[in-house]
Amino acid sequence: MIPAAFEYKRASSADEAISLISQFGDEAKFLAGGHSLIPLMKLRLAQPAMLIDIGRIKDLSYIKDGGDHISIGALTRHMDIENSALLKAHVPLLAHAASHVGDAQVRHRGTIGGSLAHADSASDLPATTLALGATYVAKGPNGERTIAAKDFYKGFLESALKPDEMLTEIRVPKITGAGWGFQKFNRRSQDWAIVGVAAWRNNGSSGIALVNMGSTPILATSVSAALAKGASIGEAAELAAADAAPQDDLNASSEYRVHLAKVLVRRALEEASKK
Amino acid sequence: MTMTENRHNKVIGTRLLRREDPTLLTGEAKFTNDLDIPGALHLAVLRSPHAHAKIIKINTQAAAALPGVVAVYTGADLQSMWAGPMPCAWPVTAEMKNPPHYPLAVSMVCYVGDGVAAVLANSETISRDALDLIDVEYETMAAVVDPEEAMTDKVIVHQDLGTNKSYTWNLLIESTEGCVEAAFKSAAYTVSERYVQQRLIPMAMETRAVAAVPQPFGGDIVLYSSTQVPHILKVMTALTLGIPEHQVRVITPSVGGGFGSKLNVYAEELLCVGLSRKHKVPVRWVEERSENAQATIHGRGQVQYVELAADKDGKLTAVRVRIVADMGAYLQLVTPGIPILGAFLYAGVYDIPHAYDFSCTGVFTTLTPTDAYRGAGRPEATYAIETAMDALAREMGIDPFDLRKRNYIAKEQFPYTAFSGLTYDSGNHLAAAEKAAGLADYASIRARQVKQNVPGATKRLGIGMTSYFEMCGLAPSRVLASLNYSAGGWESATVRILPTAKVQVITGTSPHGQGHETSWAMIASEKLGIPPEDIDVLHSDTAIAPLGLDTYGSRSLPVGGVAVAGACDKVIDKAKLIAAHQLECSADDLEFADGTFSIKGSPDRNLPLAAIAFEAFTAHNLPDGLEPNLEAQYTYDPPNFSWPFGTHMCVLEIDIETGKVDVLKYVAVDDCGVQINPLIVEGQVHGGVIQGLAQALFEEAVHDKDGNLKTSTLAEYLVPAASDVPSIVTDHTVTPSPTNQLGVKGIGEAGTIGAAPTVMNAVIDALSGLGVTHMDMPASPHHVWSAIQAASTK
Repeated sequence: MIPAAFEYKRASSADEAISLISQFGDEAKFLAGGHSLIPLMKLRLAQPAMLIDIGRIKDLSYIKDGGDHISIGALTRHMDIENSALLKAHVPLLAHAASHVGDAQVRHRGTIGGSLAHADSASDLPATTLALGATYVAKGPNGERTIAAKDFYKGFLESALKPDEMLTEIRVPKITGAGWGFQKFNRRSQDWAIVGVAAWRNNGSSGIALVNMGSTPILATSVSAALAKGASIGEAAELAAADAAPQDDLNASSEYRVHLAKVLVRRALEEASKK
Repeated sequence: MTMTENRHNKVIGTRLLRREDPTLLTGEAKFTNDLDIPGALHLAVLRSPHAHAKIIKINTQAAAALPGVVAVYTGADLQSMWAGPMPCAWPVTAEMKNPPHYPLAVSMVCYVGDGVAAVLANSETISRDALDLIDVEYETMAAVVDPEEAMTDKVIVHQDLGTNKSYTWNLLIESTEGCVEAAFKSAAYTVSERYVQQRLIPMAMETRAVAAVPQPFGGDIVLYSSTQVPHILKVMTALTLGIPEHQVRVITPSVGGGFGSKLNVYAEELLCVGLSRKHKVPVRWVEERSENAQATIHGRGQVQYVELAADKDGKLTAVRVRIVADMGAYLQLVTPGIPILGAFLYAGVYDIPHAYDFSCTGVFTTLTPTDAYRGAGRPEATYAIETAMDALAREMGIDPFDLRKRNYIAKEQFPYTAFSGLTYDSGNHLAAAEKAAGLADYASIRARQVKQNVPGATKRLGIGMTSYFEMCGLAPSRVLASLNYSAGGWESATVRILPTAKVQVITGTSPHGQGHETSWAMIASEKLGIPPEDIDVLHSDTAIAPLGLDTYGSRSLPVGGVAVAGACDKVIDKAKLIAAHQLECSADDLEFADGTFSIKGSPDRNLPLAAIAFEAFTAHNLPDGLEPNLEAQYTYDPPNFSWPFGTHMCVLEIDIETGKVDVLKYVAVDDCGVQINPLIVEGQVHGGVIQGLAQALFEEAVHDKDGNLKTSTLAEYLVPAASDVPSIVTDHTVTPSPTNQLGVKGIGEAGTIGAAPTVMNAVIDALSGLGVTHMDMPASPHHVWSAIQAASTK
């Protein structure tokens, strides 16, 4: 539980962080809340030579009304998202999902940007923001660019971020008044989901994404398409795993995961139709 | 005569807050790794990544060259340091095979985590970095991870032994030869079950930590260790390293849990002592969490075949048990004896004839050694009989509580001499069970089940129960002798009344969470009539408490606590002589109550113990020939085990779409005789129940076929958190033990013993309507769902 030796620098602004990471290249990692990176370092599964601490960049922690969307600073902690009145009013699915991340200690330290950039398909927020059709803002040496959540996740712990880019903002479209459901299935409350589902429905449209059903968070487009064509919840839920390629692990076989996805998508949609 | 019968207790039985808690809760308590030890070198141990391999070559040059590294040793380098191999104190049979086991492997590694090299460095970080620079060439061999496969000897762990079978231990009790077999032939009902007790990782919150500090001049050494057994460790360290015993002092600072995992003598303790002597500087070591999951012993690890025979009324007529017990790669301190501790309990709380056939074979596998884990043999036995009783009830088509009622040993039968020859001291199973049934609302749950568990229901309701007997309070020394255990089972206490009437109680028990400081002060307070806050309890330092056999097997109160009461009696007897002398009466005319001696019939002629303490100290006016001071040492060797008992019930719902088990209610009615401090009793029951429930629903050490542990972090090894367990309804009955003056029985393991079968019986009860009649632990959602699928396609 002792990490390999590393250098440490603290950035006071996004520009400074990007300039530092450009200097150190592949050997460097951003450190935000540290709740994904530090455990990997303690197991020596990650051995970055340089940590660039972005955790104290103050102007990247905010939740603002952006008109048709809510803008969330990348360093906003899960607890602030969970308790945001703005999010509860316009994107309650995200506030609710944030309340299921880890335990209270994790939620007080971990950040939304850190969770998304880590790109763990077993985490709650990548799938939730994917279901919501969020856009991520990344900043690099050449300025800012936006990346749609559906284009962001490339593979196991692999994202579209370049090594010298950092996430600065997450823009989540408002779904004011939409029905929504969130199902997280696990054995202990603080664990990653064995399978999770984030879903919302509004008139004819819907967004449904799956947690831990493959190497990336999965958008269940087949379910949305079926619903759009008038399928019942039960019928649509049968297509839950159509776009997924789940893995076996200690908690579940791929077959069991497929089954769980169907049950949980159905339950999430039933929940959505009640809200 | 027990204390509850002959007097009204004033301190015993009160819910005194634990004096241990303020320092623990505020972080002020000092654990071994908190000790500031100037100049200490840090030990790190390189561990085998292979379950079974020959060591061909070890290159330590690069590690030794790392700045800050003081020395790097292989097993071969250190072989001359050991006077003998690491100890196994329980050779259960004369023929038992026990491979030599040294702190570092020399030519073979036999499990992932087996130590192969040791680094001494100036910092913990450097010691860890140096491990990455040691190059070991292995020739890998096939692993054997399944104990039943190990029985076939296709892959032999220790070639020199020629077999994986360490021992076979039998207990055949027959009133007439062949009566067990005859009972099965003539039985109206039989059940034949196979249960797997999965391997569990004890996961004490504090991992192990050691510091060995050589003293200036003369060769004495102080060994600090996070252990349950400072006294055993002292003797074994002396023997294994060839150091005169009186030169070893073991001190156990605060210990963050053991659960049996620290009832051992470990390689790192011996390495720290040996290397600190070699380098003449202190050497310290602290275990990493994942290291703890592999290098500290595992618990359970048994395959059980259990058969019950019953007559037409469901009365048990014979019990037959075959066990394959997974020893792991080596025999640790009491590894082979663990299944034997359960050998007498496979008939549970039931009145059976002399028709009992038990046999256990211990086998080596290429996995971490197993050893004592909370309950040690007794949870396994209780699980087997109690889940088999439910199977028998299903076979007969009767209610499992009804079946138990037909078989309980009746309260009038106590003290009850069992088939095994052991005497169950006291009990009242029906009373405890009926109390539990009332608290769990047994009858109305059964009625609700009929309505709820209908075809198509998503959530099915189940209720399960366990009635248990625990054989604890280890142990009468003569019984231990008959089981080939290498030590006695007594406990020592010294009570010293200081001149100002403050008291020191010195105990040979070694608390690591049990609250002995509070409870022993309460016992001494009750006996002496001195307030608990004036009584200090000293322990866990072999220089302060030189005599002791430590803490394990729910022994501390029924052996060590009773020793405290006995030492108090000796002090009171001596004080009485002084009182009689000064009051100018015969000692026989004096009575002692509330801390004061008074003449029977003349209560105004009295002398408080506090005054006598000062008289004993000044020695100005003592009876002729009486030694000054008030101090007595007493050693108590219990005449019998203590036999706590009780009934647990669990109500749960299972989501049959997902397989998730939701525990709605857990009721524990335990009888540990007289309770010294009910607050501590409840705490023990809570923790114990959760540990048993964890075996039933969450925890499992999983290895792949090559012997790699797949659950070496707390993300994969599912220790439940507070949010994952139900609140527990605790209640009790009080049936004092007649074998000790306090009337007490142990309570440290009862919760764990009761919980796993209770929960699993409830799981099967919920699902039996779907055709599910068996499930291995843990009842994870995946297991439950798979069992439902399998039953539906039958």
